[in-house]
Amino acid sequence: MSITQKIMETVAQFMPDKEPDPLLHKHGFIGKPFSRVDGRLKVMGEATFTAEFKIENIAYAALVYSTIAKGKITKIERSEAEKSAGVLAVITHENVPKMNDPATYDPAGDSSGSANSDLPILRDEKIYWNGQPVAVVVAETQDQTEQAAKLINVEYETEDYDVSFDALKDTAVPPKEVMSEPPEVKIGDAEDALEKAEFKIDNIYRTPRYNHNAIEPHATIAVWGDDDETLTIFEPSQTIYAVKNTFVKMFDLAPERVRVISPFVGGGFGGKGGMWWYTALCVAAAKAVNRPVKLALSREGVFRVVGGRTPSEQRVALGANKDGKLSALIQSGVTATTTHNNFAEHFSFPARHLYASENFFIGQKVVFLDTVANTFMRGPGESIGGFALESAMDEFAFELKIDPIELRRINEPAKDPTKDTEFSMRNLIEAYKRGAEKFDWVNNPPRSQKDGKWLIGQGVATAYYPFYRFTATARVRINADGTAIVQTAAHEMGMGTATVQIQHAAERLGLPIDRVAFEYGDSDLPESSMAGGSSQTVSIGASVRAAIEKAHRELLALAGDDYDSPFSYLKYDQIEARNGGLFSKKDASEGETYASILKRVGQDYVEAEETSAKPYEIMKYSMGSYGAQFCEVRVNEESGEVRVSRFLGSFDCGRILNPKTATSQFRGGIIMGIGMALTEETLFDERRGRIMNPSLAEYHVPVNLDIPKIEIIYNDIPDEHAPLGAHGIGEIGITGVAAAIANAVFNATGKRVRDLPITPDKLL
Amino acid sequence: MNENERQTISVNLKINSVNHALQIEPRVSLLDALREFAGLTGTKKGCNQGACGACTVLVDGTRINSCFALAVQYEGRDITTIEGLAEDGELHALQSAFIEHDGFQCGYCTPGQICSAVGMFKEFQRGLPSAVSETMTGEIEFSDEEIKERMSGNLCRCGAYVGITEAIHEAFDAEVKR
Repeated sequence: MSITQKIMETVAQFMPDKEPDPLLHKHGFIGKPFSRVDGRLKVMGEATFTAEFKIENIAYAALVYSTIAKGKITKIERSEAEKSAGVLAVITHENVPKMNDPATYDPAGDSSGSANSDLPILRDEKIYWNGQPVAVVVAETQDQTEQAAKLINVEYETEDYDVSFDALKDTAVPPKEVMSEPPEVKIGDAEDALEKAEFKIDNIYRTPRYNHNAIEPHATIAVWGDDDETLTIFEPSQTIYAVKNTFVKMFDLAPERVRVISPFVGGGFGGKGGMWWYTALCVAAAKAVNRPVKLALSREGVFRVVGGRTPSEQRVALGANKDGKLSALIQSGVTATTTHNNFAEHFSFPARHLYASENFFIGQKVVFLDTVANTFMRGPGESIGGFALESAMDEFAFELKIDPIELRRINEPAKDPTKDTEFSMRNLIEAYKRGAEKFDWVNNPPRSQKDGKWLIGQGVATAYYPFYRFTATARVRINADGTAIVQTAAHEMGMGTATVQIQHAAERLGLPIDRVAFEYGDSDLPESSMAGGSSQTVSIGASVRAAIEKAHRELLALAGDDYDSPFSYLKYDQIEARNGGLFSKKDASEGETYASILKRVGQDYVEAEETSAKPYEIMKYSMGSYGAQFCEVRVNEESGEVRVSRFLGSFDCGRILNPKTATSQFRGGIIMGIGMALTEETLFDERRGRIMNPSLAEYHVPVNLDIPKIEIIYNDIPDEHAPLGAHGIGEIGITGVAAAIANAVFNATGKRVRDLPITPDKLL
Repeated sequence: MNENERQTISVNLKINSVNHALQIEPRVSLLDALREFAGLTGTKKGCNQGACGACTVLVDGTRINSCFALAVQYEGRDITTIEGLAEDGELHALQSAFIEHDGFQCGYCTPGQICSAVGMFKEFQRGLPSAVSETMTGEIEFSDEEIKERMSGNLCRCGAYVGITEAIHEAFDAEVKR
């Protein structure tokens, strides 16, 4: 634990809990299934994504990618490309404009940097991964630049390189930390307890590489001002401010001269968090040709320069006596990272928080590969770690002859089992109970249900994702005409950001929903936090609350306490916002509308900006989202094909703010989990370090027919320690899904697959 | 090299009932012609190789992947893109159903999904069977499975498939029964 963390924990101990949010149990706009405010734009094709901004005199860029894993460029032949029709420039390490080192992202949520790798791409002749950009071509049209890119001939000198996870895994080392937590946790002597346990299982689980594959490929438009000191970047981003700050430093610019615009992100899932090198190369290219430049990556390009999820190999061992109470919980294993980003994917997080056990050993190690930097992908850590742990729990339940849900109930902890803190809110068993009822859960013996050539089976697994919140700033303006605008540089990649914050702000302001606007997606607005860690809604929520409170206090001050003011006897905590103004909580007749106050004092509006408090609640409590995933599969006995025939997710994620958009997020996560379990895998050449299926034709994301009518239910119990009583919901959906499917496949076939994806060959 | 050395030709495209006279290279795809030359960016580029369906448009009512089509081939044809589905600001029934059933999240695959579903329903009405149809010639039920199979060329990574299927039912079920 760092010293800062220690200090913050101490502070947190003495912090009285803030009073629970008054909106916690209020049923107005919050909790209603509003349709998306940007729905009309999206179904009409009028939502403007990055590559679609119409910029005068724009030129087009394309990248050329290294075909070796490590070494150096000995010669780049670019004259042929330069002569090609429409070409404006061919930029290589020999002629690239000056760029400083990029600041890398900070997992603690600081926005000082955003680069996913600190390599000096295109600034020297060195090659660090197979697929690294080695040249940027700029031409008048997309076709011309793509054609010219093919004419560039690069000669290399290869050095020894490491790209094989399997070859290195036995030499793996513990990383410094995993998401600011220690890589190892030891409580008691888990190996000894395992040895002595009456019942035990001890198995190895493997997960492959995965890629995000948002349907919108990454793209950048870079526009330099005439003075060469103003830079506007259009970018699909989950971290607008961090990208802005990265470019301030890379090109020595004044912060107020750099603007990042990102109104609609066509899917992110972690892949658009932080800056990948193509963005910097587009900015450099625009500088070199002195024109606005658009660099829209091809699908292959996305695979080459944007990292995905690490492969993993994990051991899970569980020990207990016949009552099923765990005496030993061991989860250890290896993931891959690189020397230039160092992201140890935290697969061990579910094991740290889900089950009571007398003894624990949790240990993470990493190997360093010469590849594109690995990165966050939906439910990083929890999705792959949960596959191993939740498969193991199912195997253990079978061994113990205990119903798998009952085994989880037996091991439900009263306090966080490794942090020893109280849970802020945890109703996992309630989620299991409600889910089991709705799904009609029966623990049938393996291989006991059949329909013709189809073997049928059911499986369950726990879903878990931690609660994160970051500080954010929001600005609110309440106008004399009874409208309001809320502003913060937040991100919309399909979560319903604006929709939910409009519901929130309208409720807190006491205004009709159609009188509140929400502006986001632009670094000229107040600094928001990233859209990552399922944190954005609560992070913005806290800042919007703070800004509105400040605006209300200012209004109260403006209204005055003269004898004839309706507020002459009212203090802030005696009023509430409703009916378009501020009124006494006790007497509906005491108070005044915003319009009336502002008119009386001769102001057009009142405006306030405020930053939310630091997330001390996370220090004080164990906070997380929980859920129970129920699945039924049908396995073709002849072909080994697995079809998911039924799925139900039962979640415990605090208050659900908008059932319509929340259900979509839960389902979306589950669908990505179905892909993770059955069809998705980034195929990687362990000899040359090259991704072999960089396309949507060969990387198989689930299609419509792969998906049954997924049912979603949730407890909807507010967490008094969280803004709006809500927890993150964006990532928990994917967690536990692969295990639920593997468990159902075992139940159907009697075969246990511990190696994802569960392709037909593994069942024959 | 300068602009004049581009070997361009003039291509006249009728898009959403409006004529667009484009000066483009013969190799320009219909997708790029729409997005980069006609200024109609509602049609999306997701893979540029016919694998994702984001670029689906209607040509004389038939759905095609516009990334797989050369613009020059489509002179004189009726091209309908997502921008052409609403009439006088009034949304197509399917567009409204997509909003109601939350048939999208990020919205990037949405124009392709909607154009594809409009074309798909015409195919269904013509009696065209799909891989999951029980019969090649007889009556086919407008079932979840039929819709899902016929819409499986349109990928949605956010995972809005349940809402998409519901929206298609809502928009077209009444017409099936008629």
